[in-house]
This record gives sequence, structure tokens and C-alpha cells, in this order.
Amino acid sequence: MKTIKLLALFFVSSLVFVSCSSDDDHDDHDHEKELITTVTYTLTNGDDVVTLKFEDLDGEGGTDGTYTVSGNLSANTTYTGSIELLNATENPAEDITEEVEEEGDEHEFFYTSTISDITFTKTDTDEDGNPIGIETTLTTGDAGTGSLTIILKHEPTKPNDGTSTSAGGSTDVSVTFSIEVE
Amino acid sequence: MKHYLLIVVLCFLNITHAQDCTYTFLGEIKDFHDGTPLAGATIHIETLNSYTTADINGKFSVKNLCNGTLVLVISHVGCETKRVEIDINGNTYKEINMEHHLEELNEVVVAANTKLDNTAIQQTVSKTQIETYTDKSLGDALNTISGVSSLNTGNSIVKPMIHGLHSSRLLIVNNNVRLFDQEWGDEHAPNIDINTSNSLEVIKGANTLKYGSDAIGGLILIKPKKYAAIDSLFGSSMVSFNTNGLGGNVNSEIIKTYKSGYYAKLQASYKQFGDFKAPHYYLTNTGLRNLNASMSIGYNSFEKGFNAYYSIVNNEFAILKSSHIGNVNDLVTAINNKEPRVVEDFSYNISYPKQSILHHLGKIEAYKRFKKLGKLSLQYDFQINRRKEYDLRRGDLADTPVIDLRLFTTSLQPNLQIDVFDNLEINTGFLLRFQQNDAISGTGVSPLIPDFEKYDAGIYATANYNLNLFSEISAGLRYDFSRIEATKWYNTTDWEDTYNYDELFPEFESGTTDNSETLTYPEFSFHNFSANLGYNRHFSNDFELFFNYGLASRMPNPSELFSDGLHHSAARIETGKLTIGKEIANKFMLSLERNNQKFGFTISPYFNYINDYVQLIPVGITTTVRGAFPVWEYNQVNAIIFGVDIDIDKKINNTLNYQGSISLLQGDNLTNDIPLIHMPSTNFTNSISYYNKDLNQLSISLNHKTVLQQNRYPDYNFNTYDATINDYVYVDISSPPSAYSLFGFNSTASFKAFKKGTLKLEFNIENIFNTSYREYLNRLRYFADELGRNFNLKIKINY
Repeated sequence: MKTIKLLALFFVSSLVFVSCSSDDDHDDHDHEKELITTVTYTLTNGDDVVTLKFEDLDGEGGTDGTYTVSGNLSANTTYTGSIELLNATENPAEDITEEVEEEGDEHEFFYTSTISDITFTKTDTDEDGNPIGIETTLTTGDAGTGSLTIILKHEPTKPNDGTSTSAGGSTDVSVTFSIEVE
Repeated sequence: MKHYLLIVVLCFLNITHAQDCTYTFLGEIKDFHDGTPLAGATIHIETLNSYTTADINGKFSVKNLCNGTLVLVISHVGCETKRVEIDINGNTYKEINMEHHLEELNEVVVAANTKLDNTAIQQTVSKTQIETYTDKSLGDALNTISGVSSLNTGNSIVKPMIHGLHSSRLLIVNNNVRLFDQEWGDEHAPNIDINTSNSLEVIKGANTLKYGSDAIGGLILIKPKKYAAIDSLFGSSMVSFNTNGLGGNVNSEIIKTYKSGYYAKLQASYKQFGDFKAPHYYLTNTGLRNLNASMSIGYNSFEKGFNAYYSIVNNEFAILKSSHIGNVNDLVTAINNKEPRVVEDFSYNISYPKQSILHHLGKIEAYKRFKKLGKLSLQYDFQINRRKEYDLRRGDLADTPVIDLRLFTTSLQPNLQIDVFDNLEINTGFLLRFQQNDAISGTGVSPLIPDFEKYDAGIYATANYNLNLFSEISAGLRYDFSRIEATKWYNTTDWEDTYNYDELFPEFESGTTDNSETLTYPEFSFHNFSANLGYNRHFSNDFELFFNYGLASRMPNPSELFSDGLHHSAARIETGKLTIGKEIANKFMLSLERNNQKFGFTISPYFNYINDYVQLIPVGITTTVRGAFPVWEYNQVNAIIFGVDIDIDKKINNTLNYQGSISLLQGDNLTNDIPLIHMPSTNFTNSISYYNKDLNQLSISLNHKTVLQQNRYPDYNFNTYDATINDYVYVDISSPPSAYSLFGFNSTASFKAFKKGTLKLEFNIENIFNTSYREYLNRLRYFADELGRNFNLKIKINY
């Protein structure tokens, strides 16, 4: 008899458990995602503004991201570069660059180009005096076509020799744009 | 008036008669199960201090008794001695039932020799062996059995594997409760504290229908101890210390038993390790912290009993920091670098990435035996599994898990064991189960496993029949119905274009879309049949032959249907498919054993044909903001897995013993005519041990294990473009690491300590030669070597 009572008690408590856990939030389930949907690299030289933009609004899977480059770069010119990372699935879009800046010592952007005489200089620094790469200058050389790659590393070795491979860490952003210097 | 007079007269008569002490007690002793009289039972009449025996009809009488209490102690060959108190009130008759199932109450005594099922192909890890693994995991302890291997994520997340199959294909039954916590990913290891168990049994065939129809790989039974009905208080404490990881385990248990049959047990263990070390470097962020406790109360008698059990397992595992990578180029860098990219000094810190898991398990079970029928038992249980997986994240989300799942499972299982017949035992019962998964909001990541509710109902019957003294046959049937109802947001492009689900499953669409996502309500129902047939035969010369055939069918688990997301440590996106159907396995096993003290062996070949085997394989690459990612998809193929396990036990002389085992396995994907992925390679073990009972039960053993390179693997390697070097790189995700051999040393001795207690000391060395190696079945094999040398000391006190 005693066991039957105990069994009954367990059943009741299990029902309580089930009903407690039925806080199903089916319709809005985790709809706010933390993503980097948009990478915009803006290069400015006076009135000459070139933007390189990567956009993948549905994140991993789904439709592939798109690359747009607003125009060609001019040869033998120095541009001021600025990068912006956005999560555009939120409204208003969340500026992820701010997070990267706040945790500057745990992040670094790396810029490379297959056009060999383009040079990049990172002009900002983190709290330890190491470069972050949100602010840059880009200097072009002779005309040519090729690609420009931007990589953001999370927890890289800092300081490093300036290449993303040796910096280690894990990659948060890796986008490659086709560019032309004329 | 007449009545009163009558009563007075009766009372008077009664008193006078009582004083006469001329009553006779007539007893009849019968077997509880089939009611046959037990001739020749010995009856000790305690109150008179005299003896008598039952006649051929099981009857006996005691004469010249006064009214009062008569105490009898009845014993019979093969039965447990029974003490009964009988109220004598005039001439009295009583039927006394004896039981002859001693082993059920004292299972511990014969645990090593008792098989769950005589026709099952089964191996056992005993309590003493479990103690050697007190500071390790269930998977590590089972790995000692031939044919059992493990799928690891690092060194502390260990999933057992039987004959190449793991996860949903293995049923893990802890204290008669089927464990639900580890099916949904390679890195979901069973949450079990092996210190709670008394024995671990591995049943390699798919033939234990009592527990489910889906044991395609086999069954692992974790069994507690049963206690004898005596007044006693005892317990044990064990402390272990390891040099590798600078940590260990403390385990204590205390047990109180009563003569009435009641018992209570309390057990707790705490385990902590810091960063483990490979031969040449520390494995940064590989520590762990586990806190486990269990309690059990119950009552045991032959006729009835109950048990209430509750256990809580709280595990926190750090995951190798270097395994957190961003894209396929990071993976290539990791594969090409011989050392992990993060190597720091030793620390007890558990930082990100990590897993933190809390598992509650509660059950209550009661049984009652009915005369001339059998034993009816009823079990109710529940489990709550909360799993949080943390990754390295930025900003506000740094301390938010990427995976946060809560799985609630509850089930009710009645079982009737009919043992009234001489040569036949029947087990039958049914199962009702409800499961609810809640993918908890706020992770900022699409849940890898969505919300779902699952309903199961099953019914089964098994029978064992003794053909004669030397052979036994068993057969069983089971049917299960399962229904799963999920709620999932799909990426609209994936839903409509990539997988064409809008045409295949239009009925699942809710009509709600938002932000390029579609809300769906997938629902599936499955009917599963399973069956088994077993035969065993004893021959002279200690030979024994077993044959077992099992048909098992398994419905796809939620990860195979729904998973959809990124696994950072493997740099892969895992995708389930709604089109996955159930898989059906036909497994044949044969086992020839010789149980001889001088030279014993077991040879068990097996053949498993699996129709629509579900596997997770790389299928291509997708580009994301992080760059390229390999996509791993679930698909179904026809597969066969066959092999042989051989164990040898040779007594060299009175003190020296040799043991060896070899496991050969081959798994083939018949659909594509290539080998199956992640199959264990050939491995063999040798151990030589010295044992001297008179010298404090000193035992010393040297052991060796060799794992050969897996040469049969599917080649899913590919090339990918790396923008930083403006070239294609080769992604070698398939090639298995090379062969390795490990040597170990074990020693134990027992001493008498204080009045009643014993002290047991154990000293072990693992990986004596500090060999660097990597294991094909470790998911983190791309990133770091396995563990280096470890010295281990254990002290156990029994009191």
C-alpha cells in the first residue's frame, strides 16, 4: 500500500515537472541571432569613396552572401580605410565593430591583397599598444586587378608578425573582394 | 440469553483446553512458484527446540501445543531458510511457501557468473575492475572489453561504442532506467558516475527486448548491488590521485541494512582535474569538475519489495582550447601544425569552450510475487538533462551558451515474469514514455536540436525454454510506436530550395515566416518491430556455444532529422534531413566459450546487416562570413559490419595468469561500395598478472594495448581556396592517424586495518613510455596528441 502511495506521489510530482517545463516559447523561439551579416570596408581619399561590402542576411546556410564593390581604386593613392561589422537581422542593426573595439586585445583584423604593391597600415591600437585594424590606411601602387581579403581573428597571438596564419586564433570573419586598381 | 450462555461455555471450554496443551499444528510446505510440495524440508521448532522433517507431500505436524506463538525455521535445499511465526489457536493449519531463487536476492555473490540472459552474448566489468576506473568515465571502463571501443571528444568526453556503433544505437540502462542524454551528437557522452554501479554488463547482441527495440549496437547495463537482509551498517571510501591532470576522485558510500529487509544507501563522489598533459605539452583547457550523488532506499523480501533511487550528476568539462576554430583554413592550419596552437601552463581553470551538464534521474520500482504465477513489477522513472555548451564568444554573449537544451523524460514500465513452469520462463510487459526537449531561448544561435515532444508506447514478450539440462532456447518479440512533434524555424531558402521541403512536406508549414525564416511543425510517427532468437548449449570440457539473432529497428533521432547548425570544434555545419527514415538491423552472433580455470577462451564472430544505416558524412562546402565550412549531412546507406572478438585466459601457474584479446572489425557502406566512416581499427591487448592471496592479496600486472592504423576509411578529403595565400589548400579530414602501442602497470594489495575494516592500495602507471599518439576515433585528433604518462594512486577503506 505504502509503495502505491509513493508511486502516486511520484506521478503527481512528475506532472508538476512537465507542466513547469511547458513554458514553450514556440513562436518567437531564439529568433534574435548573433550574427555578422554585413562587412563594409570604406576607403576614402577626399571625395573619392570606394566601399567594399559583403552581405549575408540569413547567416550560415540558406542563400550565399553577396559581394559588392562600388568602384575601382586609383593607382598610387593613399586611402583612409574604416571597417564596419553589422548584425542587420536586428532592427536597428547592431554594430558589432563596437564589441570588437571594446575587446581590442582579443581581436585583430588582417588585410591582404593579391595585388602585390598595395600596402596596408593599421592605425589604431588596443590597450596594450598592439594594432586592431578597425582604422587603416591603404596605399595603392601601379594599376592591376586581383583580390582583397579581410580576416578578423578572435583571440590571436598579439603581437604577431602581421600575417593571419601565424597569429592563430579562430576566424570570425573572412571575406575576399575582387578589386581593380586603375 | 441462550447466546450469552453459549459464549460463556465456549470461553470456559477454550481456557480449559488451552491449559491442556493438546493442539496440533499441521503445516504444508510448497514451492512458491509452482505449488509443488517440498519433501524433506527441515523444520526447526525454535519454541520447543526440536526438529522435524516434511514428508513426501511436504506435510509435517507438531503435536501437543498450547495456544500462543510457534516459531519455525524451515530450510530446504536450494531455498532460502525461512523463519515464520504462527499463532496457535486451537488446531491450526498453515501453508508455508518457500522460494528457490536464491540468486535474485544475493545477486552480488554470483554477479561474475550470472548472465542476464543465458542465451545472450555478454561480458561483465566487475566492481573491482570498476574501482580501477573510479576517476575515469563509463566509456573508459567499458573499453577494456573486447569489441567495445569509444568515440572521444578530447579525453574526458567518452562515448562507448560496441562493434563500431554508438549513440542512439546503444541502449544504456542505469539501474533499470534507460538513459536519455547522449544521442544527439558525438560529443554528448553518457552522464553516469560509474562509482554508483556495482557491475557493468555489455550485451553485444540486439536481443534485450525488455529495454527497447532499437539496440542495433547492443546494450550496456549498469547494475546496482542488492543487499542481504541483515542488520548492518557498512561503507567504503576511496581516494585517488593522478599525476597527469594533477587531480583525482573521492568517493564515499554508506549502506544501512535491516534484518526486516529494509536498506538505505547514500553515495557521493567528487572529481577534479586540471589541464591534462600530452607527452610534449599541456592540453590547455582540458580540466573537469564532476560532482555526483545518489541515494537509494528500499525493501527486499522474496515476495515483495520496492526501491526508490535518485541520482544527480553534475559535470563540467573543459574542451581543448585549440579545437575552437573559425573556418576550414583554421582547420588546415591545425592539421598541418604538429602542436596545438594554444599551449599554456598548467591550470585548474575551466574556461571556454566548455560543457556543463546536470542530469537528474529518479525512479521508483516495486514488485510482488504471486503464487503459481510469477513476479509482477512496476517501475516509474524520470530524467531531466540540462546541457549547456559554451563557445568562445564576443561581447555581451561571452557567458551565454551556444547550446542550451533541457530534455525531460518520464516513463512507466510494468513487467510480469511468469516462472510457474518448470522449464519455461516468460517475461512480458509494456512501456509508456513521454519526452520533451526544450531548446532554451536566449542563446543567440539557432538551436542545433529544436523543441520537440516525443511519445513512445511499446509492448514485448520474451520466453526462455530449457530444452534439456544442456541447452536452452530463447525468443522474443517487441513492438514500439513512437511519435515526434517538433517546432522548428527553417531558413526559408533551405526549406524551399536547398532541400525542397516545401514540396515534400507542405503539411509541416505553419504559414508564419519572418526575417527569411519559416516556422514549421514537423511530425513523424514510426512503428518499430524487433525480435530475437537465442540458443545456448553446454558441452563437456567446459565448452559452451551461444547463438543469437536479433532484428532491431531504430527510428531516426532528433539530431538526424533536425540538426542544423555549426559545431565549432569540428569546424563543420551539421545538417539533419527530414527525409531520414528508420534503420533496420539484422545481427547474427555466435560465441564459443571455454570456461576453464587453466585455459579459457571466447571466440565470437558477428555479422550485422543494417538497412538504411544513418551516417553523418562531409558532403561539400558552404561559404559564410567566416569563410569556407565543410557541411556534414546525415544520409542513409546500406551497411554491413562484421568481425570477431577473441579473448584468451591462460593460467601459467598458481600465481601467474595471461590474458589476451583481439578485435577485428570491418564496416562497409554497400551503397557506395566504400568503407564506413569512424570504424574502430584492429586492436589487441595482452596482460600478464601475478596474484598472491597469502601476500595481502597482492596483484601485479603488466598490460599492453596496440591499436593498428585504420586503413579502411572513406576518403572525404577535399581542396579549398585560401585567400591569404591565394592558392588552394588540401583539407585532410579523413586520413587516420598511425598505429600505436601503449603499456601500463597495475598493482593492488589489501591490508587489514582497524577492527573490521580493510585497506586497499592500488598503484598504476598508464602510458609508461610516454608515447605520443593520436586516435582515429577522437573528434579532436586534428588538434592535439592523446594523454602522456600518468601515475595513479588509490586508497580504499572498507568499514
